[in-house]
Amino acid sequence: MKKASFLAVAATATLMATAASAATLDDVKAKGFIQCGVTTGLAGFGAPNNEGKWEGFDVDFCRAMSAAIFGDPDKVKYTPTTAKERFTALQSGEIDVLARNTTWTFTRDVSLGFEFIGVNYYDGQGFMVKKSLGVKSALELDGARVCVQSGTTTELNLADYFAANNMKYDSVVFDTADEVREAYLKDTCDVYTTDKSGLYAQRSVIANPDEHVILPETISKEPLGPLVRHGDNEWGDIARWTLNAMIDAENLGVSMKNVDELKKSSQNPSIQRMLGVSGDLGDQMKLSKDWAYNIIKMVGNYGDVFERNLGASTPLKIERGLNAQWNKGGILYAPPLR
Amino acid sequence: MAIVKTDRHPDLPPPASQTGVVGWLRENLFSSPLNIILTIIAAFIAWEALSTFLSYTLIHANFAGETKADCTDTGACWVFIKARFGQDMYGFYPPEERWRVDVGYVLAAIGLFFVLSDFVKNKKWPAIYLFGFVPVACFFLFHGGYFGLEVVETSQWGGLFLTLVLASVSIFVALPLGIVLALGRRSDMPIVRMMCVGFIELIRGVPLITVLFMASVMLPLFLPEGVNFDKLIRALVGMSLFSAAYMAEVVRGGLQAIPKGQMEAAKSLGLGYWKAMGLIVLPQALKIAIPSIVNTFIGLFKDTTLVLIIGLLDLLSIIKAGTTDKNWIGTATEGYVFVAAVFWVFCFSMSRYSIWLENKLHTGHKR
Repeated sequence: MKKASFLAVAATATLMATAASAATLDDVKAKGFIQCGVTTGLAGFGAPNNEGKWEGFDVDFCRAMSAAIFGDPDKVKYTPTTAKERFTALQSGEIDVLARNTTWTFTRDVSLGFEFIGVNYYDGQGFMVKKSLGVKSALELDGARVCVQSGTTTELNLADYFAANNMKYDSVVFDTADEVREAYLKDTCDVYTTDKSGLYAQRSVIANPDEHVILPETISKEPLGPLVRHGDNEWGDIARWTLNAMIDAENLGVSMKNVDELKKSSQNPSIQRMLGVSGDLGDQMKLSKDWAYNIIKMVGNYGDVFERNLGASTPLKIERGLNAQWNKGGILYAPPLR
Repeated sequence: MAIVKTDRHPDLPPPASQTGVVGWLRENLFSSPLNIILTIIAAFIAWEALSTFLSYTLIHANFAGETKADCTDTGACWVFIKARFGQDMYGFYPPEERWRVDVGYVLAAIGLFFVLSDFVKNKKWPAIYLFGFVPVACFFLFHGGYFGLEVVETSQWGGLFLTLVLASVSIFVALPLGIVLALGRRSDMPIVRMMCVGFIELIRGVPLITVLFMASVMLPLFLPEGVNFDKLIRALVGMSLFSAAYMAEVVRGGLQAIPKGQMEAAKSLGLGYWKAMGLIVLPQALKIAIPSIVNTFIGLFKDTTLVLIIGLLDLLSIIKAGTTDKNWIGTATEGYVFVAAVFWVFCFSMSRYSIWLENKLHTGHKR
């Protein structure tokens, strides 16, 4: 996920690509759909369901944009992209927006010529251990055998963390996530480390998920977010405020279920502005008045989307953690829609 | 009284221990103490492996149901394959349009049957049908847009269907192009020769993954913005050129095995270059090269799975994508076993056909 070898290729890309076409919104409206780059398959974030429809947390972001622009969440065409080619696909105009668990970093934002429009999932490297071990914190892991996937930044973060806390460890390295899980289950190692979203996904596969705990420490920052091309701020604004509207809606208590009722009866000016009862927020983005209403009604607010794809009702059972609202112990904080 | 028997005693059957199953076992498996030990060890290992495999894939496997929750037994969860079978076979091709793919399969199968089998001797019409009509018909059927058929964009193609499209188009292009390149490489004309050598060595010198990556990642950057070749076409061009370079070397191997005298004899009969090649040299050369040609085809068929890295969802990658559906997490083993079985069936059939063809064309110079 975080291999950096493609950076060189993508950097060349920036040099060679001509200036991004200025009016993605007009193009999108003309062709009648959004071309959205998604992952080729990551549990909870994007995968085809039994009927071949794409589903997932990142996929729902594309659907939200479609709801905002067209008033219909299904005017999206999906392009499955791999970690290597995702940036070229966006750069070359093959896709209009990339929503593919991509970590927001300086180089990607600045020198690759992209614009990250926000963070839709705060991920970070964590540890999973067997409950029977009785470990409550990563700081108790001195001398542990740690299973890790090779060739990822995970290995480096691990080394840094243990060195910084003056602890020793033995790393047991494997090539794929499945191998790491099997080794962990066969007690080849005591600890399984990777990004927390990955840990939750792997835990859901284990026969008795409840016998394993994910430790509270997060040892690296992996802010994942959707991105668009540099240079088309109008399009970037739509993407940014789609995400912000979803987060803000949760904060204001506007959800898929009560949005109709609140649109009719709410006296809260913030909610009235968001749902297009008053003000002209939609017009300012060249969208309809009820753009945010459509997002919430058709796709849901941030919490609805999280619950549906990652939350307690799914096999993944990911806790909100950092991804809770700022007033509920997390760090999700959307600027006001005003 | 004569005690001398005058008529011949009828032949007795060989002792029971020398014939039939028992005889074969004694001869092959239990002929010496060492062999007895080896046989027992081998049988034990085979039993262990096979019983685990069978218990996983059949005895304790789950066939009934709709969701992962229905997989309660310890073995494989074939419900995964069953529930997503349509997707694994056709990708995102709209279900109500999938008959078009099936019709394409039938058209191709009819052509393949008549061209490959011995059913008709004169292959002219079957060949024209298979190499002329079928590709055109399949294009219109699969892609649509004409004759009232709805357009199905190539981004919706996937699964085994995409694997077969990739493999057959590459094979279809690679063999003729490979023959041309091989002839070019042995040509007396320096420019033609140099171009062919250059092409073959350039393509053969890089891994397929690089060619695909180049076609999918670099090519769009050289094109003006907004001009996008279809992703599938880029992959097809990359794969076809790649396999043509390999095919060229295989064919050249066959050509070099044909003695110079064949060409000279053909020319002395008054045949020109193309007639001598087409009637005398190439038929012999290709016959010698059959095992290597089929080997290349099998390799090519399996290489199609590399399109995963450019985000095309062929059989392997669509199943991998399926295992990341949150309702099916943890079914990776079932997926891989299924893919392996499908690939094995195709590759084994190709291999058996090549053996049959070799025997058919065998004219007595085999050592």
